[in-house]
Amino acid sequence: MKKYLPLAILALLAIIPFLDLSSYVMHILVLVVMWSVIGMAWNILGGYTGQVSFGHAAFFGFGAYTAGILYQNLGISAWWGIPACVVVLTALSLVIGYICLRLRGAYFALATLALGEICRVTAENLVGFTQGNMGIMIRERTWVDKTWYFYVILLIAAITYIIIKMVMESKLGYYFVAIREDQDAAESLGIDTTLYKTISLCLSGVLTGIAGAFYMNYMGYIDPSIVFPLYDLSIVTVMVVMVGGAATYWGPIVGAVIMVFLAEEIRSLPYIGAAHQTIFGIILIFIIMFLPNGIVGDFRKLLRPFKAKKGASS
Amino acid sequence: MNLIEVKGVSKQFGGLAALTDVSFVLNKGEILGLIGPNGAGKTTIFNVINGFYPPTKGDVFFKGQKVSNLKPHVLCKLGLARTFQVVKPLQRMSTLDNVIASAFVRAKNKAQAEEIAVDILKFTNIYEDRNLISKGLPLGKRKRLEIARALATQPEIILLDESFAGLNPTEINEQIEIVKKIRVEKGITILVIEHHMKVIMTISDRIVVLTYGQKIAEGTPSEIGHNPLVIEAYLGEEHSA
Repeated sequence: MKKYLPLAILALLAIIPFLDLSSYVMHILVLVVMWSVIGMAWNILGGYTGQVSFGHAAFFGFGAYTAGILYQNLGISAWWGIPACVVVLTALSLVIGYICLRLRGAYFALATLALGEICRVTAENLVGFTQGNMGIMIRERTWVDKTWYFYVILLIAAITYIIIKMVMESKLGYYFVAIREDQDAAESLGIDTTLYKTISLCLSGVLTGIAGAFYMNYMGYIDPSIVFPLYDLSIVTVMVVMVGGAATYWGPIVGAVIMVFLAEEIRSLPYIGAAHQTIFGIILIFIIMFLPNGIVGDFRKLLRPFKAKKGASS
Repeated sequence: MNLIEVKGVSKQFGGLAALTDVSFVLNKGEILGLIGPNGAGKTTIFNVINGFYPPTKGDVFFKGQKVSNLKPHVLCKLGLARTFQVVKPLQRMSTLDNVIASAFVRAKNKAQAEEIAVDILKFTNIYEDRNLISKGLPLGKRKRLEIARALATQPEIILLDESFAGLNPTEINEQIEIVKKIRVEKGITILVIEHHMKVIMTISDRIVVLTYGQKIAEGTPSEIGHNPLVIEAYLGEEHSA
């Protein structure tokens, strides 16, 4: 039964476009699925391998710009950005890995945070190449309707899920977790920690980049502040995984559902304006204090109060 | 035949000389004890042999090959495994997964890694705890897990860093049996750091004594037990093997 759960959920999601939902709801669903891809990708590096990155905007933005620049400067379809991403993002990950992966813990997190910002500033200033703050606009959209975009991102998400599942059940998965739990022990057990951390970073980077390339195609417009933001991307990515549950298969997906809907709800609250970000901060504090393993990781803990009540009343 | 040769190794951390010109050999099939007061440099010499620190001076040879600047994971593949004094289990993994993770060094696939791991767990007598998360194991079993993990890499040499510290007498006896079994049944050469004099005197073939980063004596347990230098620096009284 449990084995077929992912398939059942996939099938359920696949019939959603037939429900004739409004364009706005479809948009939210596309974002949810896209965020689960980003969350799952971050989870490989941050959750399983234990290298917490605060710079995933760099990967997302590079993916988006790869697609955008192919369209803008070479005049080919931005969809080619998705395969091109694999190459570009692997190269980027190798560079970032070479610089950052020699650092441990908080230092790694800070270095990635800086790199994300460096990417944004660079994209803003390389006007000849990236159009700077004018951004890149795709003038002829592939589809007007959101249905096909939904299927494309759903396919990407399914493939991401399968890749992660396969990786985590193989030698790679064991090595990633071993590195997270203790790098020195891992090293002395014959694990080339630098190599495997780099592999983890590449996987994570490429998958995040693909989500970015999809975003370019889907939204049709990007500029540096949309695809390279520190808060709206790097930090929200961390939150998606933390809320859902780091190092779990379903955590990033649950996290994406909650975070996207919450963002939409909170943003439409009256009178608070930009203060809606405060609410996210408060939620994060509560999650870290009471559900350090996220909703999926601490699911049993969440159920406990309900169970206790039942026991008392009967 | 000597498996490991430590030749004139010095290690300095800034102005602190942790090791000064230490030399000894580890012969195939023997159990070599390494003793000395706290801060004598015992764990440092392990870290140098194991590849965590490059020596400041001198070299380490493994089967005649110079290995002083190789990383620990390369040395592990060559056949050198170690345990840590402060146990470092992969905390949120089960005992079995801990051992599987290290078995992957030689195993071709997961099935084979699991097979090796189960074997080792039975060998070290912690098979019953295979599904426990390793963080929850009592210290005695965590020390055993350290040994199991090292064994799962199928080494030729194993470095045991205080694998007996903090154990109760029953656990110590059990651990001694396992260490002896490692040599007899698996033919693995052992270098062991230990403070527990009864243990070191029983299991070692030879003993090397370090004080303040220098080697002051080397010999059989009975020679060491009666060596006036060693008694003054470390033992405090005569020990008979």
